[in-house]
Amino acid sequence: MSVEVAGTARAKPDGPLKLAVPRGALLGGTLDVLDAADVDTAAVRDESRALIFPGEEITLVTMRPSDVPTYVEAGAADVGITGKDVLLEQADRMVYELLDLDYGRCRMVLAGRKGDERLGESQRRLGMMRIATKYPRIAQRYFESTGRQVETIEVKGSIELAPLIGLADGIVDLVATGRTLKENNLEVREEILECTARFVANRVAHKLRAKEIDDLTARLREATVK
Amino acid sequence: MIHPIPPGTRDILPDEMRELRRLHLAMIEVFESRGYGEVATPAIEYDEVLARGDGRTANSAYRFFDERGDLLALRSDMTVPIARLVASRFAAAQPPLRFCYLANAFRAVRPQRGQMREFAQAGVELIGAPAPAGTVEVVEVLEATLDAAGLDRAVIGLGDADLFRQLLTEFEVEGEVRDSILERLAMHDLVGLEAELSLAGIADERVNTCVALSQLRGGREVLDQAREIGGEVVERATARLGETFEALEERGVAERVRVDLGLLRDLGYYSGAILEVYDPALGHVLGGGGRYDGLLRRFGVDLPAAGFALYLERVHVAQMEEESRREGPS
Repeated sequence: MSVEVAGTARAKPDGPLKLAVPRGALLGGTLDVLDAADVDTAAVRDESRALIFPGEEITLVTMRPSDVPTYVEAGAADVGITGKDVLLEQADRMVYELLDLDYGRCRMVLAGRKGDERLGESQRRLGMMRIATKYPRIAQRYFESTGRQVETIEVKGSIELAPLIGLADGIVDLVATGRTLKENNLEVREEILECTARFVANRVAHKLRAKEIDDLTARLREATVK
Repeated sequence: MIHPIPPGTRDILPDEMRELRRLHLAMIEVFESRGYGEVATPAIEYDEVLARGDGRTANSAYRFFDERGDLLALRSDMTVPIARLVASRFAAAQPPLRFCYLANAFRAVRPQRGQMREFAQAGVELIGAPAPAGTVEVVEVLEATLDAAGLDRAVIGLGDADLFRQLLTEFEVEGEVRDSILERLAMHDLVGLEAELSLAGIADERVNTCVALSQLRGGREVLDQAREIGGEVVERATARLGETFEALEERGVAERVRVDLGLLRDLGYYSGAILEVYDPALGHVLGGGGRYDGLLRRFGVDLPAAGFALYLERVHVAQMEEESRREGPS
């Protein structure tokens, strides 16, 4: 529709749309889906040290996946891509979740030491399990919803260490292939949920840059279906 | 020695206070010049009185007992206290009644710039003026207020609070599922929305209708698109929006208004037209409002009503951002 949309003449948003791109495990899949959606990612692929990659239509901004909701909520980035695990863990960040991009699929699981009954024993004899995790809120919510009491211990580094040397009875973590678990003699006990990459938008940008965001959403949806 | 204050509260020092005061006076001047008399109400009210206004708002973050054991609560907005005030002190007055305020309210939000747990709101309430004329007047005052604040790029979103409620009634979705779907809609969690709708046993075609409607925003043409997508079910809401928009055009104040069918305010008392205010310089909503034709009835006075409230501190942030933008990038 070529009709001038009410309000747009007045609200001239500044410059190209800013898209927050997650570094780390999601980066490859993200660049692929952006390519498929006709967003130029060559600069990100070439020069991995820079943080901001200006484009005519869209400027890419790279950051840790867990920072994406922060930047998008504040409107510093208009739109962004991050994992559902991050969105669930930061559920109080007000961002619009527009699209399931269907890559970066992994599972949030409860894992314990192979052939070891510490989890069950702590639960039965001590009334609560100690769970090490990078996702304390997801873990807390999960155990609450299944009627169990836990002590969540937030750790930042290799979670697998925690049950191996007795910090925790088990862990709640994201697994893609399960190799890291296996290498550390851990096994999946319960599946909590499945996570994929999501396309999110700032609330105000979604209103004021409706056309650009709808257009990008449509292109990403197309790219995802392929 | 440093003495702490509770999270989400803050001290305001003279430089900022001076600017806030200027902004506040400019806004009150607009309100008063249009016949809105300023009122103040207590920051604490009986919990049951606030609960009468809206079950969820009454879930005030700050509740406590007084010396007699009565449950008190800090207000989370001014609309409910003013409804109480109208019912108690103006029951016999000839409507329409016009009130304005600048007042602090309290909510348990994650504190960040422009979003404190104690925050100042400036707004108006127009009691006894039905739609669309009453809505149009409120939008006019809102526009004049934004102009007075120097936010010439600000945009007003106009939606309808009943659109999705009617749609879900048509789809025969009730109870908890209904609430959870409305919450997804308010949060614009489209992935979750689709999942919830499918889970509720709604046919794919209807799921798509619902999602597509929530994404419609723009000029008048949006209303035609909505009718194409939604058919008869959306007729009432789109007709009502069309009527309001037309009236706004007649008054020459539709320029900065954008129709937005995905708009849902999270306060339970809204009915009919709802408003939200944005400025491109700020990632957060500046304020909002709309019609609450059923609210006064809960206090025993059956009068239609509408109003808006702007977050004073956010307007101030936007004002500063707009100023530095006008002065050019540094």
